[in-house]
This record gives sequence, C-alpha cells and structure tokens, in this order.
Amino acid sequence: MIKKPTRMTGIDGDAVVKQAARRLEQPARRLFLRSSLTLGGLSLLSGCAIVDEDSAEQVLMKVSRFNDRVQGWLFDPKLLAPTYPESMITRPFPFNAYYDEDEVPEIDAASYRLELGGLVADKHAWTLPELQALPQTDQVTRHICVEGWSAIGKWGGVRFSDFLSRVGADTSARYIGFKCADDYYTSIDMPTALHAQTLLTLTYDGRQLPPRYGFPMKLRMPTKLGYKNPKHIQAIFVTNTYPGGYWEDQGYNWFGGS
Amino acid sequence: MTDATHPIHPAWLRATHWINALAVLIMVTSGWRIYNASPLFGFQFAKGITLGGWLGGAIMWHFAAMWLLAANGLIYLVCNVASGRFAHKFFPLSPRAIAADLLAALRGRLSHADLRQYNAVQRAAYLFVVADALLLVLSGLVLWKSVQFPLLRELLGGYESARRVHFFAMTAMVAFVMVHLAMVALVPRTLLAMIRGR
Ligand code: HEM
Repeated sequence: MIKKPTRMTGIDGDAVVKQAARRLEQPARRLFLRSSLTLGGLSLLSGCAIVDEDSAEQVLMKVSRFNDRVQGWLFDPKLLAPTYPESMITRPFPFNAYYDEDEVPEIDAASYRLELGGLVADKHAWTLPELQALPQTDQVTRHICVEGWSAIGKWGGVRFSDFLSRVGADTSARYIGFKCADDYYTSIDMPTALHAQTLLTLTYDGRQLPPRYGFPMKLRMPTKLGYKNPKHIQAIFVTNTYPGGYWEDQGYNWFGGS
Repeated sequence: MTDATHPIHPAWLRATHWINALAVLIMVTSGWRIYNASPLFGFQFAKGITLGGWLGGAIMWHFAAMWLLAANGLIYLVCNVASGRFAHKFFPLSPRAIAADLLAALRGRLSHADLRQYNAVQRAAYLFVVADALLLVLSGLVLWKSVQFPLLRELLGGYESARRVHFFAMTAMVAFVMVHLAMVALVPRTLLAMIRGR
C-alpha cells in the first residue's frame, strides 16, 4: 500500500526499462515498516503483537496525510523564506539525487522541449530560448534537505506563477505534477506553486544551470524540502488527481513544506 | 484522607506520565535515525537502538509521535496548573534548598518517607525537564516549518542553530531520563505509586 502504481506517460522504451530496474530494488524499501517496528534486536511492537505491521503502517500513513493537511493550513502564501547575501552562498553547493553524480542525465539543449499537460489552456511545448526570453528574477535562499542539512544557493529563472498564468493554467486545480529526464517525478500543491519565491530556474549562481544542479530546468521552492524541488524537468501537468512522487510513494511526506 | 480519594499521584498524572514516556521513547529513537542521515557531529547512533528502519520510516514515526507528545504535554500542563498542583508540588524552590538536598542525597540521608512530597532536587529536575521538553517542541517546530515560524526561527538563531538547540535539548532529556531511572531503581516504591497511585 506504500507503493502506488505510477503513471509515466510520454517516455521512451529505454526509460521504461531503467524505471523497471529501479523498481526491482524497491521491495526492500517496502519493508521499511517491518524493520522500523523493531528497535534493534528487541521487537518494540510487532514482537509482542500489540499491533500488527499493516495496521501500524496504515496509522502512520494516515498521520502523514493528516500532516499534509496541517501544513497546507499552516502555509502562509504571503510569508517569504529568508534571503541571504551572496557572500553566504555555500561553496561548493552539495550535489544530491537518488543516484550518483556520474549518472546525471545529459540533455541536449537544442532538442529540449518542456511539455505541458492537464488543465492548461496553451499546451504548446517550450524551447529553452523561449523560456530564457521570459522575464527573469533571482534569489539567494536556503535549501533544506529532508536529511537535515541545509545549504545556501542562488537560483534564477521565471517566476512560476507568471509562467502558469501565461500558459493559462487552471489555478483552482489542486496539484501540479512534474516529470523529469532522470525518471524522477513529484507534485506540489497550488498555493506553493503560486508563491512569489517559487521559480522555474534556468541559472545557478548567475550561470546556466549546470547538469548536476538540474539542467536545463529545476523548480526551486524555498518553502519546501529538497526532494520536492525537481530537476531536469521535461513535463509539467496541472491536475486534480493526486500524482504522488518518487520519494513520496515510498513514504516521504507529500507536502514536504518548510 | 483515604488512599482511594487522595492517591499519591492522581490518575490524570499517571496517565499523562506513561503516555509521555512512550512518546519520548519514540521521539528519541526515531530522532536518532533522522540524525544518522546527516550527522551534525562526528558520530552516528548505532542502528540497533534507532526506530524507523530508514529515514522515511523514522520521519513518519517522529512526525506522528510529535502529536502525542505535544497533546499529552498540553493536557499535563493544563491539569497541573489549573488544579493548583503545580504550585504546591514544585514550589517553594530555592538554590539553597536544592544544594542542601543534593548534599543529603549524596550522603544517602534524604528521606523518602512521604512520597507526596518531592524534595528540592526532584522539583528542580522535573521543572527542568518540562522546560526542556518545551524547548524541544519549539526548536522542532523551527526545523519542521522554519519559513512558517519566522519569529521562533530568529529567536533560536536560524535553521542551522535550531538544529543544534534541538540536538542538545534531546541530549539533556536523555541525561535526565538516565538519572530519573536510576533514582526510581533506588526507591522502587515510587514506581508502584506512579503505576497504582498508592
Ligand atoms: C519508562 C521510563 C520512566 C519511568 C520508569 C519513570 C518513573 C517515574 C516515577 C516513579 C515518578 C514518580 C517519582 C516520585 O514519586 O518520586 C516519575 C515522575 C516524573 N517523571 Fe518519570 N519515568 C519514566 C520516564 C520519564 C520521561 C521520559 C520523562 C520526561 C522526559 C519523565 C518525566 C517525569 C516527570 C516530569 C515527573 C514528575 C511529574 C509530576 O509530578 O508532575 N519520566 N517518573
């Protein structure tokens, strides 16, 4: 029940095989609550059979959904994340992904297209120069990782709310989903998508976004944890159907706000 | 005064105490697993004494038990203060009395005849751990929602500083619990009273 089937559309056969290979590794993760219920050698709960694992798992998932709602309710669309002087930028800014740095996808700038789908009026695919021609802004903010560490970086690009209104997205929809060239996928709530500091970034530290930080495009939200900030975005879709996410389907909290 | 109508510890206190002990156990052991994902200092907690199996599992436990800890703690504080128990159980309290009782305890001359009365060292220790739990909750709020609680975040010196506050407050609580358990082992009658009320 932790793993929801994922809908990957518009990807090539190669990617499907890669995806399948990754999925094979995941039954181990599915067992996380089995191992999580034991405190080392001692069986905390399962051992004395007070609760069976499935019901403990269900309770924890329910609380996680409850925490999604609490965070949605706590989220103040006008409250800005702190910004920092450039002198405080963390150098080098850490690389982080579910794969190693030598597996970062190589994306051809010339043939790159950003596809739009779902509840969007204008679904034409965007080229990189078209995105670069839109009004740009930048900000120095703190990236907070779910693991606990944080680092300060400078991202620049298109304000996501401007982009969404330009393409005629239905901003009364609940979710925006992202599909990425590294087979990563995630989704966010509409209020965060419309937040003033949510950027479709094309640059890092004043230069074109390097592959390790998500070339050609990364969604940067200083109001959310790192795993909610997808890199190498290929498709964006607006929907009312819960799209889940790579880590979220394995148990990370969906809202993932900070 | 009969035991039935005036137990040493009222039922609400015993209930909140044991629920708190469970919540603290879950929070600390899952917190150690979260710490291991990105250690602040040059060590990790042995995986065998952590809860959650992997980071995502530990976070689920941590962010579920936090509601138990906070709600139960709130009930404890409200019942304690509203009933007037807080004032007469923990006060008066003076540094002089703490020093005197500490000395007596070290010499093994502290009286435990009346379990209704906490000695000055107990009073100080319990007040300390209540304040420490509050600090854990507040610093935890900054780690969970640093953007949404700007005042709290700045009071604790920012996100990275709040991480350290949270860690040291955890360390202080674990130290309290170890001393607490040693004291209970020395005077086991207190445990019976905390379970049965008598
Ligand atoms: C399983 C572990 C624990 C045991 C066996 C235990 C046992 C006890 C006992 C026997 C007392 C009564 C002391 C007396 O009457 O002199 C007591 C009181 C207390 N314990 Fe614990 N305890 C445990 C865990 C904890 C934890 C984790 C905390 C907090 C972090 C805690 C905080 C307190 C406080 C604040 C009091 C005083 C409560 C009041 O009177 O308002 N205990 N505990």
